[in-house]
Amino acid sequence: MTDDELLTLFTATLRDVLGDDSVALSMVTRRQDVPNWDSFAYINFIAAIEMRLKIRFAVADVESFENVGAIVRRSQALLADKSS
Amino acid sequence: MRWLPAINDFRDRLRAAQATESLADRFEQLAALSRCRLGFLETLALDRAVSHLDPGGVAGTARLRLALLASSTVDQLVPGLQVAGLRRKMLFQCHVAGFNQYRQELLDTQSSLHRFAPQIVLFSLSAREALGRIRLTDARADVDAAIGETVADIRGLWRHARDAFGATVIQQSFLNTSELVFGSFDRQVPGAPAQVVRRLNDQLAAAAAEERVMLLDIAQASERDGLDAWFDVSCWLQGKLEIAPAAAPLYGELAVRLIAAQRGLSKKCLVLDLDNTLWGGTVGDDGIEGIVLGAGSPTGEAHAALQHYAKLLQARGVILAICSKNDPRIAEEAFRDHPEMVLKWSDIACFVANWDPKPRNLELIAARLNLGLDGLVFLDDNPVERAAVRDALPMVAVPELPDDPAQYARTLADAGYFESVAYTDEDLRRNEQYLANASRDLERERSGSMDDFLQGLDMTAEYGLVTDADLPRVTQLINKTNQFNPTTRRYAPDEVRGFAHDPRYVALKFRLRDRFGDNGLVSAMILRSDPATPEVYEIDTWVMSCRVFGRQLESEALNVAAEAIRQRGGRVLRADYIPTARNAVVSDLYPNFGFQRADNTHAADGTVTWELALDQYDPRPTHIKRRSA
Repeated sequence: MTDDELLTLFTATLRDVLGDDSVALSMVTRRQDVPNWDSFAYINFIAAIEMRLKIRFAVADVESFENVGAIVRRSQALLADKSS
Repeated sequence: MRWLPAINDFRDRLRAAQATESLADRFEQLAALSRCRLGFLETLALDRAVSHLDPGGVAGTARLRLALLASSTVDQLVPGLQVAGLRRKMLFQCHVAGFNQYRQELLDTQSSLHRFAPQIVLFSLSAREALGRIRLTDARADVDAAIGETVADIRGLWRHARDAFGATVIQQSFLNTSELVFGSFDRQVPGAPAQVVRRLNDQLAAAAAEERVMLLDIAQASERDGLDAWFDVSCWLQGKLEIAPAAAPLYGELAVRLIAAQRGLSKKCLVLDLDNTLWGGTVGDDGIEGIVLGAGSPTGEAHAALQHYAKLLQARGVILAICSKNDPRIAEEAFRDHPEMVLKWSDIACFVANWDPKPRNLELIAARLNLGLDGLVFLDDNPVERAAVRDALPMVAVPELPDDPAQYARTLADAGYFESVAYTDEDLRRNEQYLANASRDLERERSGSMDDFLQGLDMTAEYGLVTDADLPRVTQLINKTNQFNPTTRRYAPDEVRGFAHDPRYVALKFRLRDRFGDNGLVSAMILRSDPATPEVYEIDTWVMSCRVFGRQLESEALNVAAEAIRQRGGRVLRADYIPTARNAVVSDLYPNFGFQRADNTHAADGTVTWELALDQYDPRPTHIKRRSA
């Protein structure tokens, strides 16, 4: 998957989690930039991404992602590990 | 939740539902979506759509007030509860007590919980609190005392909820997330955490039975599904979610099953198909000795296992019925006489075998058993039949079945249609009552809706001459078909190839499509003209798969044949009916089309020859559109 495809998937996922179709994520979006993206919604978002991509983030990653770009990069690394 | 049918246009249908003006219609459309297999995100989206419905209720469906009292984060469970409710046309208004605030909220009469006044209280407690009181090295007596205290404390909470609100109480069993300390030996160490949780659950179940509290046994479910399906340590560490978001739709389903069961909404009758469901193969074609059932083959044992499970359900009060497209005589004979049958004739309250559409037969079964259609579960291996029933009778539960019969019993069990919160003497007697009341030998009951049903199928017959590419399937049909086969002549592939290439023969094939999909090449007809009498064509062979009986394809096929013969200068169609033990279904095929008996002599084997003058034949009207291949 390309970074753009992941961003599209993440945007659609967060729209579902928050019930807000105005959400649009970019690589530099931070959680505090998105209304209502609180810690509970974040857990649900991460769980949904993990289910969808069949990957598992380490808890240390999950608590330290500084922006959406970091989640994209970590996902790419995990997807690459999976296919190798 | 693999018993629910998959859906690929969820978003479109959700949008369409949300754009629907009438609340009642929107509710119906959302309820239809809830009966599909939805993931966690779709469940969230559907829950949101439901929350925008009239909060007071829709079409007489009052919202039930449900409070979740928990010692972990449980907000992720609410959408699953709401959607599971919707599946049964129940709507909830949910209140989630603050994280670990359930005691205070119960005791404080000024709390938001008291203002909410729940009708149902669901306790979702973690074992961690109890485990904190027990050390690994504690003696059995100390462990038992601590477990007893915990259960007594919970019992107090139940009583409080009941006294304060008159609420129905549901207690979730403790999810056993503890790691083993010794290994297998843990089970012999009273203070080992995993063993403590097991004992706690046993005591909790006993107390719940005494207090008439319903037990939501997710500990058992997680044993079946694997702990990883229920518990995600990452979610626990991040936000104290003891039940993973991925498990939330199933959690809701299991919880609402209890609520529905208590309200008498569980299913009452299991209606079973025969061919490729209760046994492998098609008894009409393969014969009693040819069906696959019981010892001797793994597939046969899989079908027998389904029968065993149905028998267990029957023993606890579920009514059993049969709905099969079959010759009733052959079906009954197989049922009564096959030595490996686990279900007996006397286990079946209502036995319907004919060629009518299944939705109509299900209506008949419900009427005979004096049950609502919403009390029926219909189990059938054939996806077309399942779709037809879901479509015509959405209130009948129709589990999706995997292709492998080995999974049938498990799938039916997992679907939980017959969830029960008690087990009474009446349950045991129920079947006797039904057996006494119901007549099994049901006549066909025609109703005006037959035309509507066929019209609604949107059928198209694709016809043409048999080509080399069709030979394997046509040969198979000729050699396997026993029922719709007036002459039962068998031919080798080379012979069939010969018919396709010989100008004296007309070899026709028919496919049937309907809005549920393509039934494939389901009928073939071999016509032959004698050079001495070129105006006469004889139907040497005509076969049709029993899958499409009762769809008027025979009429459309004869219309096509009559045209083809006319084009070749033929004026008379001749056909033999040679009776066999299995082709009674076509004994009146030709006279029903207006054929006249060709002579009065009776052949020794009972063969009757029929003739039709084509200038006397008007094409039969059908609900099938036609397309040449």
